[in-house]
Amino acid sequence: MKVLYFAWLRERLNMSEEDIAFPPEVITTGDVIAYLAARDEAGSLAFERPAIFKTALDARIVPHATPIAGAKVIALLPPMTGG
Amino acid sequence: MDIRVSETPFDPGAESNAFLDRGKAAGAAVTFTGLVRSLPDDPIIALTLECYPELAIRQLTAIAAEAVTRFALADITVIHRYGRMLPGEPIVQVMALSAHRQAAFDGAQMVMDYLKTDAPFWKKETTATGEHWVEAKSADDSAKARWGA
Repeated sequence: MKVLYFAWLRERLNMSEEDIAFPPEVITTGDVIAYLAARDEAGSLAFERPAIFKTALDARIVPHATPIAGAKVIALLPPMTGG
Repeated sequence: MDIRVSETPFDPGAESNAFLDRGKAAGAAVTFTGLVRSLPDDPIIALTLECYPELAIRQLTAIAAEAVTRFALADITVIHRYGRMLPGEPIVQVMALSAHRQAAFDGAQMVMDYLKTDAPFWKKETTATGEHWVEAKSADDSAKARWGA
């Protein structure tokens, strides 16, 4: 699955995207955040406050409880500051 | 309804004239333009907006459609730029057309309040001392909440 990172999250992880084959216990978009937070130190720091991130599957924003099965792209979005 | 997300600079005056020209008999038009801010006590050199364009278009379209329904707008345009900009350059323009002024004001304001927290843009300021990401403001969440999201 393709994973997209934006803004300061992208900088903290030092990449804008990657392909990850998630293990079967990663079911929801919230599980993806937990998986990345547990993966390494950069992830642990970047996802220190998981609730602040919005998640999107195939460019649609979804709650953290949404299953990722069937989606091609997940985007992890820090708090937005447009306008 | 016209929703645009682009790295290309836009001309707010020309956009406003085109919008008014399309809907001149409607009654009331409100235009809001957001500009890159650089104040004397907090000067910036540049502002860079990062964007997720595919999602931005979807979010702005949903927000604009909600405003059209809620305030019975005759037309709405949302233009949002991303990339590197200098002080004074337009970032965003929202234009709402309605039969009466209150609906046009409310429609434009609701779109701006939602856009701040729900459209995938992120601002990074370049100042004389370096670069930093602009932090999301709780005031923006409050501004959105008053529309009863």
